Amino acid sequence: MKRILVPVALVAVLAALPKLAIDIPYLFKSSLDSPGTLQLIALMLTFAGLAFTYDLLFGYTGLLSFGHALYFAVGVYVAGIAMTRWHWSFWPSVLFTAALGIILPLVFGAVSLRVGGIAFAMVTLAFAQAGSVLAFKNPYRWTGGEDGFGVDYTKLPAGLVGILNTKNLYWLALAYAVGVFLVGRWAINSSPGRVWQAIRENELRVEVLGLRPFDFKLMAFVLASFLATVGGIVYLVLISGANPDVTVPSFTLALLVMVVIGGAGSRWGALVGGLVYTYLDQRLGDVADSHTVSTLPSVLRTPLQEPLFILGLVFILVVYFAPGGLARLGRIRRRPAALEEAL
Amino acid sequence: MSTIVLLAITGFGLGAMYFLIASGLSLIYGLMGVLNFAHGAFLTVGAYATWYTETKLGGIAVAPRFLLAALVGLAIGTAFAALVEVVLIRPLYGRHIEQVLVTVGLGLCVSALATAIWTSDPKFVSLPRWTSQTTGVLGASIPNDRWLEIITAGVVLTALELFLRRTRYGLIVRAGVENRAMVTALGIDVRRAFTLVFAIGGLAAALAGVLAALYFGTVDPQRGTSLLIFAFIVVVIGGLGSIGGTAVAAVVVALVQQFANYYASSGMGDLSVVLLLAVVLLVRPRGLTAAAA
Repeated sequence: MKRILVPVALVAVLAALPKLAIDIPYLFKSSLDSPGTLQLIALMLTFAGLAFTYDLLFGYTGLLSFGHALYFAVGVYVAGIAMTRWHWSFWPSVLFTAALGIILPLVFGAVSLRVGGIAFAMVTLAFAQAGSVLAFKNPYRWTGGEDGFGVDYTKLPAGLVGILNTKNLYWLALAYAVGVFLVGRWAINSSPGRVWQAIRENELRVEVLGLRPFDFKLMAFVLASFLATVGGIVYLVLISGANPDVTVPSFTLALLVMVVIGGAGSRWGALVGGLVYTYLDQRLGDVADSHTVSTLPSVLRTPLQEPLFILGLVFILVVYFAPGGLARLGRIRRRPAALEEAL
Repeated sequence: MSTIVLLAITGFGLGAMYFLIASGLSLIYGLMGVLNFAHGAFLTVGAYATWYTETKLGGIAVAPRFLLAALVGLAIGTAFAALVEVVLIRPLYGRHIEQVLVTVGLGLCVSALATAIWTSDPKFVSLPRWTSQTTGVLGASIPNDRWLEIITAGVVLTALELFLRRTRYGLIVRAGVENRAMVTALGIDVRRAFTLVFAIGGLAAALAGVLAALYFGTVDPQRGTSLLIFAFIVVVIGGLGSIGGTAVAAVVVALVQQFANYYASSGMGDLSVVLLLAVVLLVRPRGLTAAAA
C-alpha cells in the first residue's frame, strides 16, 4: 500500500505546485508559483521522463545506445518544422511526428540491432550524428542551423502560449513524466519486459530458451524512442522553439550521466537522476555568480563557473563510490553486474 | 585536376589526424576492452599545453618556439594519459562499463575546465611562416602544413608497427589483444602494458592536438570531441585493435569526407561517412580487417 500511496501523494503535491506561493530560499530564485520556477521544474520533469526512456534501453535491456538524442530531436524538430515551415495546425503535426517516432526507430533499430555491444553503440551514434549534421546544415532553411528556430505560436493551443499559461506547460511536463513512468513500468512488468531484463542478464540463454532476442530488443528500442519523441514535442512547446543542442552526441551522453547518477535499472533512479542533473545544469551557473563564490580564490572559482565540470566530477564520484546511483544509496544491493554484458 | 590533387592531399592531412587519434583508441580497446571517451581530452590537453607554452616563451624565433612548445605539449599529454590510467582506470579493472563511464565523465570535465579557464573562443597559435605558405604540386597550391601532418602520421605508423612487431613489449601488447587471459596465465603482468598503451595513445592524441593546431591554426575546447567522433568511426571501420586497418580506414574516411563536402555540399561529407560506417558494419560487422583476425 505504501508503495502506491507515497508516489500518488508526491504527484498530488507536484500537481498543486502552481497554486502554492511558497518561497524556497537558496533552492529556487523565486516563489514556486512564479513562471521562472515553474519553467525550471517543467524542464526538470521533461528531462526526467526522457532519462527514464533511456533507462528502458540501457538499464533494463542492456542496450548501450549513443543515439537516443536523435529520437528526442525528431520530436522537437519535425513537430516544429511542420507547424512553423509547413504551416500545419497543431494536432496533424503532433500525429505526423508521433507516426515518424514509430517508423524511424523501427527502421534504424532493425539496422543497428543487427550488431551488438560496441558496434551497436557506434551505429546508433552514427545515425544520431547524421541527424545532428542535418539540423546544423539547415536544408531548405527548415532547421535554422546553429540558431535553431522559434515555433509559430499561433499554431499552438491557446492554453500553452504566453507567460501567464506557464502553469499549463508545467502540468504538461508533469503529465509527460508521470505518463512515461507509468507506461515504462507497465512495459517492464509485462512479459516482453521480463524478456528484456533476461536479455540484459544473459542474451545467449534467452536464445537457447527458444526466443528471438532481436524482436524483443527492437520492441524496447521502438518503445523507448517513441516515448522520447513525445518528450521532444513537450520540450518544443515548453521552450517554444528548437535548438541543435539537443541533437549532438553530448546530449545522449548527458542522458547516460543522468541515468547512471540516479541508478540504472532501478525504479526511481532515472527520474531522480534527470531531475538532479537538469537542476544542477540550470542552477549552477547562478551559484557561480553568487557572492560566496565570487570571493573565492580563482583556482576554486574558475571550475565552479562551468556546470559541466561539476556534473562530470559528480558523475565520476558516483561511478566510484555509489555504483548503484543515488536511488540505491544506503541500500545494500547486488551490483548490476549484468550491465557489463553490454560491452 | 588541381582541385582533385588539393582535395586528395588535404584529405590525407585530415586522415593523418584521424589516424593519430584512432590508433591509440584502437590499441586501448583491443587490449583492455575500454572504449576511451577521454581520448579527446588527451588531444585537448596536448593542444592547450602547446598553445600555453608558446605564449609564455618570449624572445625566440617562431619556429624553434613552436617546436619547443609542441614538445612540452606532447610530454604533458603523454603524462596526463598515463596518470589517467593509473589513477582512474586501474581501480576499475574488469568492470568495463564503469571504465567507459569514468572516461565519459573525464571527457566532460576536461573540455568544461578548458572552457572555464580560457573561454570557448578559439585561441590562435603562432606558427612558423613556412607552414602557411604553399607548394605547387601538379598545378595545385598545397598548404605546407599538410605535408607535416602526413609525414608525422607516416612516422608514427612506422614506429608503432616496429614497436609492435620488433620489441618485447610490443609482443606482449599484440598477444594481449589476441588473448588477454592466456598472456596473464603465462605469468606476464599485462597491467604494465595497459599503462603503456595509454601513454602511447596519449602521445599520439597529443600529437594530433598539435597537428590540429597546425591544420586549423587555432586550439579550442570542443575540437577534441568533434574529432573523436570521426576517430570512433575510423576505429570501427578499420576493425578494433588493428593498426594497419585503422590507417587505411582513416585515409578512406577523410577522403570520402573531403570529396563529398566539395562536390556535393558541405555537410554531405559527414553524412557520407556515416553511411559508409553503416554499410561496412552491415556487410562486415567486425570491420574491414575482420577476416585477418
